[in-house]
Amino acid sequence: MNHLLSWIIWLPILGMVSIAFVPRDKSEVIKKIAAVFSGLQLLLAIYLWRIFDASNGTFQFMERAEWIPSFNITYILGVDGLSLPMVFLMALIGFIGVFVSWNIDKAVKGYFSLFLLLNTGVMGVFLSLDFFLFYIFWEVMLLPMYFLIGIWGGPQREYAAIKFFLYTLFGSVLMLIAILALYFTCGNTFDMLVLIDTAPTALNGMLWWGMSAIKVIWVLLFIGFAIKVPVFPFHTWLPLAHVEAPTAISVILAGVLLKLGVYGILRVNYNMLPDGVFWFAGALAVLGLINVIWGAMCALAQTDLKKLVAYSSVNHMGYTLIGMAAVIAASEMNGENLISAQAGLGGAVFQMFNHGTISAMLFILVGVIYDRAHHRDIEGFGGLASQMPIYTAFVAIAFFAGLGLPGFSGFISEAMIFIGAFPIFKTVVIISTLGILLNAAYFLWAFQRMFFGPANEKYNDIPEINKRELFTVIPLAVITLVLGVYPRPFLDLIAATLNVLIESVVSYGGLAAAM
Amino acid sequence: MISGNIITDFSLLILFLPLIAFIINIIFGKRLPRQGDWVSIGAILITLILSLSLLMNMLMNWDSDFSHEVVISWIDLGAFKVNLGFWVDNITVVMLVVVSLISSMTHIFSLEYMKGDIRYNRYYAYLGLFTFSMNGIVLANNVMSLYIFWELVGVSSYLLIGHWFEKHSAADASKKAFLTNRVGDIGFFIGIMIMFTAIGSFNFQDLFKGVSEGLVTGSLLTFAGLGLFMGAVGKSSQFPLHIWLPDAMEGPTPVSALMHAATMVAAGVYLTVRLFPLFSPEALTIIAYVGGFTALFAATIAITQNDIKKVLAYSTVSQLGYMILAVGVGNYVAAFFHLLTHAMFKACLFYGSGSVIHSMHHSLHELKDHDTDPQDMRNMGGFKSKMPITHWTMLIATLAISGVPLFSGFLSKDAILAGTLAFAQNYPQHFLLPIFGFGAAAITAFYMFRLIFMTFYGKPKIEKVFKGIHESPKAMTFPLVLLAGLSFFIFYTLPYFNPFSDHGWFTELIKARNSAVPGNPSAEEIYQGVHHAHYTAMALSLLVAALGIGLSYLMYIKEKFSAEAWAKKMGFLYKLSLNKYFFDENYNRFLYQPFLKLSRLVAYIDWDLYDKYFINGFGHVTKFLSKITGRIDYEGLDQTLVDGVGRTTQVFGEKLKQVQTGRLQNYMLFALIGVILILVFQAA
Repeated sequence: MNHLLSWIIWLPILGMVSIAFVPRDKSEVIKKIAAVFSGLQLLLAIYLWRIFDASNGTFQFMERAEWIPSFNITYILGVDGLSLPMVFLMALIGFIGVFVSWNIDKAVKGYFSLFLLLNTGVMGVFLSLDFFLFYIFWEVMLLPMYFLIGIWGGPQREYAAIKFFLYTLFGSVLMLIAILALYFTCGNTFDMLVLIDTAPTALNGMLWWGMSAIKVIWVLLFIGFAIKVPVFPFHTWLPLAHVEAPTAISVILAGVLLKLGVYGILRVNYNMLPDGVFWFAGALAVLGLINVIWGAMCALAQTDLKKLVAYSSVNHMGYTLIGMAAVIAASEMNGENLISAQAGLGGAVFQMFNHGTISAMLFILVGVIYDRAHHRDIEGFGGLASQMPIYTAFVAIAFFAGLGLPGFSGFISEAMIFIGAFPIFKTVVIISTLGILLNAAYFLWAFQRMFFGPANEKYNDIPEINKRELFTVIPLAVITLVLGVYPRPFLDLIAATLNVLIESVVSYGGLAAAM
Repeated sequence: MISGNIITDFSLLILFLPLIAFIINIIFGKRLPRQGDWVSIGAILITLILSLSLLMNMLMNWDSDFSHEVVISWIDLGAFKVNLGFWVDNITVVMLVVVSLISSMTHIFSLEYMKGDIRYNRYYAYLGLFTFSMNGIVLANNVMSLYIFWELVGVSSYLLIGHWFEKHSAADASKKAFLTNRVGDIGFFIGIMIMFTAIGSFNFQDLFKGVSEGLVTGSLLTFAGLGLFMGAVGKSSQFPLHIWLPDAMEGPTPVSALMHAATMVAAGVYLTVRLFPLFSPEALTIIAYVGGFTALFAATIAITQNDIKKVLAYSTVSQLGYMILAVGVGNYVAAFFHLLTHAMFKACLFYGSGSVIHSMHHSLHELKDHDTDPQDMRNMGGFKSKMPITHWTMLIATLAISGVPLFSGFLSKDAILAGTLAFAQNYPQHFLLPIFGFGAAAITAFYMFRLIFMTFYGKPKIEKVFKGIHESPKAMTFPLVLLAGLSFFIFYTLPYFNPFSDHGWFTELIKARNSAVPGNPSAEEIYQGVHHAHYTAMALSLLVAALGIGLSYLMYIKEKFSAEAWAKKMGFLYKLSLNKYFFDENYNRFLYQPFLKLSRLVAYIDWDLYDKYFINGFGHVTKFLSKITGRIDYEGLDQTLVDGVGRTTQVFGEKLKQVQTGRLQNYMLFALIGVILILVFQAA
């Protein structure tokens, strides 16, 4: 199929247009249209996965079209082993998200239109290879998110929405400055493929206000992306946004949007400013460590289940940072430890995907109980295991996946990260292994308070998880389990790209001495 | 003789059959006839037959170097490769038999014990999950698989301890077990990372080779070894992580027999046995002290416990300490031997206690008595006449654990004590180790007979309850009889019949390997040392066993000394022992609670201070600045400056308009003045 990537990006917009022609009171039809278009997109993403050449680490299925030639702005799309899993994840969670949203009854038409627009925005970021296009999609994604939280959210939705919006906008402004800086220093181009080639050397030795230009641009980009991840101390918008957002939006937020930050750091910072990687890797590992411990401790103290899960995201995304930092192990000065770099970076990318499926599962399950009990207070339940055994089983699966139990994919990615980062960041890794104890503590403690003990009579008649809800959780659980038992289908897919990325970071790493 | 392929197939079946039973029962169990217990039992019995055929094969081969390894690629990123797989040697085979045998017995025992339970199908499903994970540990050929199954075993333990989760105590105990184990697992994982970083492989053989080539040496090797050992400290409930095992008795008793006595807790010992060649001399010394101390320490707690299962739990902790001690002094084959014999008699003791508790339960149930504790030995006494099979089998197992000749425990315990004695002879500064060993042996004999006497002898404490006591059904007595039979020495010394020597198939087929660490004594040196210490150790251990049993007899049967009076006399010590040295209380007070408080503080700082004031502060400052800007803009710029211009114009306009009089003469006059002024300026 020609223009496969364009189809994947624009299908939801087609869905949005179709919805525009449906009268607002036909909410069933609107939901079905959303489901059909997301379903088609998912099929295309699976098709893409199947025909993707895993032995090739460079961009595939490239599309290129003139757009605004006077500013060298081009419509360029492409997919590699880094973006492919993210595209699949978005398509999957976008599709599942429609069914999670099935209960929405307020302004259905608007909701699903925005929902599909969000999908396009996210896909666009993952697939665009022109910086201008990248930035446009980045902003496109922001807008529907603002309305989805602000209109369909919880009691504090407006506060949460504005905070999310401003915080993210602040980040994107920094990013825009960095993009323009790259544009003007590297030959007036937004073409990321060109920038990947030219930026590492073009900026070398350049000083701005007495500081290395590489460092300045790196930090600007990093803050922009770090807000999305979120990296401590830019993380506080997250629990609020999660708590207030409707379930499906939390699912997309945790499942996919957070990955944009890590993806951005890998795609832009790592590829274009490899010297900066060496300069910043130590800080990255330490920030990751803080995320892990701080997030886990905050999660331990929560009484609101959704907030607990939100902080668990802070905790889990911390591991990816530690893994990413391990890339520098492959450099000459660190003994060319390619094993370590591959394990760390591979673990980080795998962790992004796994956190996507696991946190999506967690948020869906939080939504299930909230829909029934209309509260999320962990202390307010007790003994649910005897009242909702099937629901309990799925929460147990999600919690155990979340606490990194072997047999679930999260274990493999976390283990890879630890093993990869250990040779270079021994102290950081040793302290962060405490995180695996704390993970277990907050999940199991919450589990005990909600599901064990004598049954709370208030919930004797609480309905069991229904078929629609099971339909949204089961695919995620299956993916987590299958990849947890045998991770090669995933890891083989990203291996070639990882090696290209490591190679490009390391080959310029020698210049770091000049900084 | 079985070919390699068949061994592979058998191993895979042994591993996966229980898992399949788990999957079937967890999904369909409720809808199957008899809630699917036959699926689990069928699977486990096939597993048992397969394991026994591997054992037969081993005995027919009579090859102490037998080894069969299978490897598959699990991760391959180019340079970073992880291969998983399994390794079958004689140790594996023996262990597989232990696991599948005890697991089968537990399956059968539970038919009666768990009859009518609300989650009967799930119980059987979890047993399958456990057996799968445990066999995974046993078959692992690398530390990564070992770690994976290690954690899975932890989960099955969590699920089974929490089987009756309606009880807060059960829910607490399951969480505590999992978390305490995770503490050990952190060390385990750090050990794995150190090894992998240095050697680049997870495979046992590669690790041994790497260590012998000196890729990891000195204190790093000691740290790595101690890290790996921490996993064993958690799983085998060694001091200071011993706290979870006694609480784990909240689980159903057959589960306690299977997991918390015979197999799962022995996994820690199995780990140290498997990885023995990796431990540096310093690490081994620490291991020996941890094990020896635990053996004695737990025994001193067991003396004062009144709950029949708690006594057995602390006894298990103590016996596991023995095994760890044996590994520490280098005599790891003895550790594995004790693991084997202990699995049989300890499982027997737990089934026995289960049989007693089951009977107490029924009796109390009929009396509608919900206050009397069915596990408290102070409510028992004289059950010998009512439960003869339970009594005799438990007595045999008690003789075995106490180290009485003719029984298996005598041989394995003697091997451990001889090793300890030999070690102390070589390194006199470690004289404490044999003291730990023999001390624990004496106390073990004492408290085990205390248990037997309090339960089965003397006068019934509560007549009414006693009346309802009866022998348990066949499904429960069968495992008892079988395991009591396996507590006789003969099964471990065949084809020889000397009750005072462990020489037999076990010692012939399970040979010690040399340590891979330069500086450790060779297997031969250790063997010689043990051999020399053998008779001294035997005499001493007979003496301490007699001492313990005798004292117990005088105190609980002859009542020469009153236990209560002694308890009073020893006041402080008695209280320490009864309260398990206050470990739980202190951990709670100095670890959990402060940490929880700290977490709450962190969350408060994060949400109520940092976010509310600092982050929102940016918002407020921006808003404030905007207001100022707004004011400058409106009041300053717009109202004062812009409008000022307007106002000025207006004022001037007002003034100037007076000039516009409409009279022609005035205008002419102005024009004239203008012309004159121009002329004047031009002239100047």
